[in-house]
Amino acid sequence: MIYAGILAGGKGTRMGNVPMPKQFLLLNEKPIIVHTIEKFLLNNKLNKIIIATPKEWMNHTKDVLKKYKIDLPKVEITEGGSDRNGTIMAIVEHIKQHHGLTPEDILVTHDAVRPFLTHRIIEQNIELGLQHTAVDTVIEAIDTIVESTGGDYISSIPVRGHMYQGQTPQTFNIEKLQELYGKLTDDEKEILTDACKIFAIKGEKVKLLRGEIFNIKVTTPYDLKVANAILQGSIDK
Amino acid sequence: MINQIYRLVSPRQFEISYNDKWIASSDVVVRPTHLSICAADQRYFTGTRGEKAMKEKLPMSLIHEGVGEVVYDPENILPVGTKVVMVPNNPTEIDEFVAENYLRTSQFRSSGYDGFMQDYVFMDRGRLVELPQDIDMDVAAFTELVTITVHALSRFEQKANKRRGSFGVWGDGNLGYITCLLLKKLYPESEVIIFGKTDYKMNHFSFADRAIKVGDIPDGFEVDHAIECAGGIGSQYALDEIIEHIKPEGTVCLLGVSEHPIEVNTRMVLEKGLTLIGSSRSGAADFQRTVDIYKDYPEVVDYLSTLIGNVYDVTSLEEAANAFETDLSNSWGKTIMRWKI
Repeated sequence: MIYAGILAGGKGTRMGNVPMPKQFLLLNEKPIIVHTIEKFLLNNKLNKIIIATPKEWMNHTKDVLKKYKIDLPKVEITEGGSDRNGTIMAIVEHIKQHHGLTPEDILVTHDAVRPFLTHRIIEQNIELGLQHTAVDTVIEAIDTIVESTGGDYISSIPVRGHMYQGQTPQTFNIEKLQELYGKLTDDEKEILTDACKIFAIKGEKVKLLRGEIFNIKVTTPYDLKVANAILQGSIDK
Repeated sequence: MINQIYRLVSPRQFEISYNDKWIASSDVVVRPTHLSICAADQRYFTGTRGEKAMKEKLPMSLIHEGVGEVVYDPENILPVGTKVVMVPNNPTEIDEFVAENYLRTSQFRSSGYDGFMQDYVFMDRGRLVELPQDIDMDVAAFTELVTITVHALSRFEQKANKRRGSFGVWGDGNLGYITCLLLKKLYPESEVIIFGKTDYKMNHFSFADRAIKVGDIPDGFEVDHAIECAGGIGSQYALDEIIEHIKPEGTVCLLGVSEHPIEVNTRMVLEKGLTLIGSSRSGAADFQRTVDIYKDYPEVVDYLSTLIGNVYDVTSLEEAANAFETDLSNSWGKTIMRWKI
């Protein structure tokens, strides 16, 4: 089975003084998460779309899906974890409990707040996810990346041609992800905020996939303004 | 949902724009899978469409020949995965006497209205025609071009006299090929003659009864009816020959698009009592009839497959632009973009 896991665990802390988690903020008068899920609903290779959201927002998520008529049997809601990987593992747990797990099953994880992704990005995540144990969607680094361990002075400047910026989706073979995550100590779990990093650090190859510069993550008021401007600047024809 | 629309903004330059769409609205959502480049798209791509039209119509998504798969039907009528051909004409009113493709109020995709170069296309249910599920989608991609002939022949049947001894087709391009092919299928007893000027192109017309070089037509040679598929300034020379070699009260179907006003020998049109029928574009009924022809005569699809020139996988706008560029240097055949963007 091919699953999509929508990570909607955010509580909106980075959005400042907003009353709701950022995935519910309106982009052109529609919650961001609705835009994102609609895109996943159009890919018919996906058997289930599982949304992981904080417990207190589960009812609200259901209501929103219903309001926009996308409360379809294909879409399921589960409670997220305390951090990003915890949320991914909560989705894995949900799959195990409700659908059972086979060695071929893959999970396409995606940030609820990246609504601009394209058909190709989802399609290639599935295609490559079936061939590799882990896939990461990236774009070539635009700005020069500067490393500073102390925050005051440059420690190093990596070769820009070797630098990429990570986006989502990230796709994993579920069994392998479970196996690797199970081996981590609590300290490691604390540091490894990115699921692809778990694979990389354990010596597993993570396949790169071309993202899009516009596949932005809407996490700050500035992003939301940009996202709204991008949409409203495009005339309908 | 945010839908990406890949628009031409100026000659040879595509850019992405984003439109907010709702999948639960009344439209059927189609993922375009195979798109075919038409000469009309190339006139925009290269900027030869004329400065005024470019200014008025751009930015605009190109391509009006395309097929795809249903990915969402809010009313659950068309099953997901159904292969469909998309009708680019979109009427906004119904007229008792005027066909949908001649109504001035109709919107036509990739001509002032966004074409099929999009992530998903939202289509009115009546603008989709179901394809046989085992059809070669590279061929089905240019079904719209086939409907041009089917539409013209439907008009011919309504208006021409009943003599069906012979048909002359002027023009050895893609449209001429399709027209000869369909005439031979629909009127197997009639003689079909291709009039062209390029040997290697005319060699493709294996099913035609005769091939005659233009400018080399024997004196006194006659056809019952004629179809002009030349286009451009060639339309004038073709029409001159047609008027000379057609029998009295014959019907001339005009299909070739010309940017120039051309001269017509009206004196002979009058003397022979000829009927000239202009045809342009097509409507949903023509698409249905074309798909029925595919089903009734599967060999038509095989013959059409010989028109496929280059097939490209397109995963980025650069690859789309490359497909358009290489199509420009092809004098025969269709360029197909397998839409993987």
